[in-house]
Amino acid sequence: MKQVQLAIIGGGPAGLAAAIAAREKGVEDILIIERDKELGGILNQCIHAGFGLHTFGQELTGPEYAQRFIDRVEEMHIPYLLRTMVLDLSGDRVLTVTGPETGLIQIQAQAVILAMGCRERPRGALNIPGYRPAGIYSAGTAQRLVNIEGFMPGKNVVILGSGDIGLIMARRMTLEGAKVHAVAEVLPYSGGLKRNIVQCLEDFDIPLYLSTTVVDIHGRERLEAVTLAQVDETRKPIPGTERRIPCDTLLLSVGLLPENELSSAAGVHLSTVTGGPEVTDRLATSIPGVFACGNVLHVHDLVDFVSQEARKAGENAALYLAGARAGSRSVALEGKNGVRYTVPQSIDPENMDDTVTVRFRVAQPYRDAALCAYADGTLLRRIPKRILTPGEMEQFPLRKAELPEGCQTITFTVEEVAK
Amino acid sequence: MIYDAIVIGGGAVGCAAARELSRYDLRIALCEKGEDVCVGTSKANSAIVHAGFDAVPGTKKARFNVAGSRMMESLSRELDFPYRRNGAMVLCFDEKDLPHLEELLDRGQQNGVEGLRIVRGEELHQLEPALSPAAAAALYAPTSAIVCPFGMTIALAENAAQNGVEFFMDSPVSEIRRRDGLYELTAGDKVLQTRTVVNAAGVYSDVLHNMVCESKLSIMPRSGEYCLLDKKDGHLVERTVFQLPGKFGKGVLVTPTVHGNLLIGPTAVDREDKDATNTTADGLAYAIRMAGLSVPNLPMRDTITSFCGLRAHLEGESDDFIIGESADGFFDAVGIESPGLSSAPAIGLHLAQCIAQKLDATEKLTFIATRRDIPHLRELPFEDRQALVRDNPAYGSIICRCEQISEGEIVDAIHRLPGARSLDGVKRRVRAGMGRCQGGFCSPKVMEILSRELGIPQTELTKSGGSSKLLVGYTKEVQA
Repeated sequence: MKQVQLAIIGGGPAGLAAAIAAREKGVEDILIIERDKELGGILNQCIHAGFGLHTFGQELTGPEYAQRFIDRVEEMHIPYLLRTMVLDLSGDRVLTVTGPETGLIQIQAQAVILAMGCRERPRGALNIPGYRPAGIYSAGTAQRLVNIEGFMPGKNVVILGSGDIGLIMARRMTLEGAKVHAVAEVLPYSGGLKRNIVQCLEDFDIPLYLSTTVVDIHGRERLEAVTLAQVDETRKPIPGTERRIPCDTLLLSVGLLPENELSSAAGVHLSTVTGGPEVTDRLATSIPGVFACGNVLHVHDLVDFVSQEARKAGENAALYLAGARAGSRSVALEGKNGVRYTVPQSIDPENMDDTVTVRFRVAQPYRDAALCAYADGTLLRRIPKRILTPGEMEQFPLRKAELPEGCQTITFTVEEVAK
Repeated sequence: MIYDAIVIGGGAVGCAAARELSRYDLRIALCEKGEDVCVGTSKANSAIVHAGFDAVPGTKKARFNVAGSRMMESLSRELDFPYRRNGAMVLCFDEKDLPHLEELLDRGQQNGVEGLRIVRGEELHQLEPALSPAAAAALYAPTSAIVCPFGMTIALAENAAQNGVEFFMDSPVSEIRRRDGLYELTAGDKVLQTRTVVNAAGVYSDVLHNMVCESKLSIMPRSGEYCLLDKKDGHLVERTVFQLPGKFGKGVLVTPTVHGNLLIGPTAVDREDKDATNTTADGLAYAIRMAGLSVPNLPMRDTITSFCGLRAHLEGESDDFIIGESADGFFDAVGIESPGLSSAPAIGLHLAQCIAQKLDATEKLTFIATRRDIPHLRELPFEDRQALVRDNPAYGSIICRCEQISEGEIVDAIHRLPGARSLDGVKRRVRAGMGRCQGGFCSPKVMEILSRELGIPQTELTKSGGSSKLLVGYTKEVQA
């Protein structure tokens, strides 16, 4: 069986940054396994600008951002396989791999970094009634068709869901000559970044209908129309509010799901909230030697944070390969009162860095609130926030020096500031 | 050119009839109005091979169900399609309903169904731990099975094609005339002459029948809506779980599929429109609620798709199948609703024998009885899979990541006869796009392969034939 020190599953932004960091920390024998025909992952189809402000202080397009990491991987001569898919990962880190270069083989890895990213929630997950004609695509599929394949999926478009890809595609389709008639969002607020609402919808006079969803799909062969309706607080359609919008295309941007079938098969413990592995501050999963980063861990809003997180995963995989092991104690992290989850889910108080960035999302929008961290009920720190929204990931720097001796649990909450 | 037999309809019954007819030294064609076989009732149903306890003894439904169910396992081996005998339970929730279960048991025994027995209390819940605590007893039918309806229908079609049956797709039969002792069919842009006709036109079988026969029939499409759940939930139940049947059918079931998903449904609502395969909010809600009575706390958030099929329900006093020669040389398979899929092999066999007798046909020595499916690499042992990839690297290149379907399998699906010409055609044959992302990642790649292998531009490709085009053009040339 082929042996490798560090196998990285996925050659997108997470896998690339992890590989670079691991090599910088001295890991010689690395293999990146990428299923698509080129490195870069989903960034390759994100041809809009806005990437890299935090990392490079510049607004790059997705392919440009990816290229900086790809160039570094090439300079460092880190081996990678393209069009190659990991079919299975076992609990003892044996990868079953298939691709044109390798054929079907097994690889024994000493350490593995999971960097498979996420996928889009399909129509079926929403149980939208109606016909099943051509012309219904997830926003990311449409993005690939337009930006990589050079095809137009339709001319008259309705978008369901105001996730970032949906917003980006509203603008993209408009720029390509299509008419985007509406973006419907079932929640009373958008799940996308504020800047995307402004730059992709408002700047193009595309209406965003909140508390609105698609209740029927018309057209037997190609999509002919959708029926939109307003929903009540329980997200149930309100009778009498239906209106039919003729269109030939429905794009869905209704959520992203970390893609963890391999992790699951290996026996990695997954969080029911994030859908990704539960990890320590070393980004170590429940299986020794298996690390996770990027959207496979939890869905990020900005690629810059993916790169940061992935660096950590790469460094920690290197430390693991050099013999570092977790300490005997573990402090649990949890989210409450509006903090949906935390990544990491636990920290190792003996070996933790001086500052650990705890990432999470809030459950609903807040104004003039504060993010608070408590150690076993005692307030550690409070960070005031003018605006908190589920569309934007929050980061809370947790300092080693702040942690009380013998602390068991650190709880993160949102607290609204009384006026 | 004169055909000996033309089969109208490329569903399970039509393809079974064509395959059985192809045993004989006859010239046979099959006309399908869709772009592919298995695009009507046969593609959207419960995918169950019923044991045969439900149909009233003495009816054609009972006879063909039991016969079809007995043929199915060996047929699945001959033609290499997925089939698994997983058993079924018919639940009752009240001891008071026990007599109804016993009635079913009695009926089943009269129909010749083997192994039926009533299980109660602890044994029932041991057999199926996910069942509602309210389930009091069940009729257990160990011979009930699950099948891939696409796999079965396409296998029959391919085997028929191997044995010389000609397939005409996009060929709706709009007219049938009697001329010089022959039937003359207008099928799409073709006019075909034949000695005999098999009417296996599903929800349209009344229309075809009425073109030829004096006695008029009427099919009322009866919709059945379903939800399909992720493979991680396929082990929730081992057996197919029914509830005591009602007037409109066998009630809502919960079942694993042969591919390991969990399926719930169907509803049963009459529809005027023979093509109204749309799901409805009420229908899906009803299916979910009723399924929840059998198996509580169904993980509906794992739903990957929902769909609606139409049963060919015959209106009138009897809703039994009509199978046989309704006019000289015109053979009906009308009103083939449940247990139609289970009965299809037996119906096909029977009709073929009737026609062979009528035409005094002889069996040909060259008949090929077996057909091999496209290799499903995911299901193969590692070394076998490795060998296939070594011989053909396209089997090593994964296109559909959810179902782990390779480029080689997709290419095979396109070049089989009758082959896939659309995204859905590929999906039904090799399951690319059938998984949890529902084609989100693989659609553009499958489109590229279809375009390359068929030699047509991607802008001409369809989801399912007709005007279901996937793209409206190239970028930079669209004007809204």
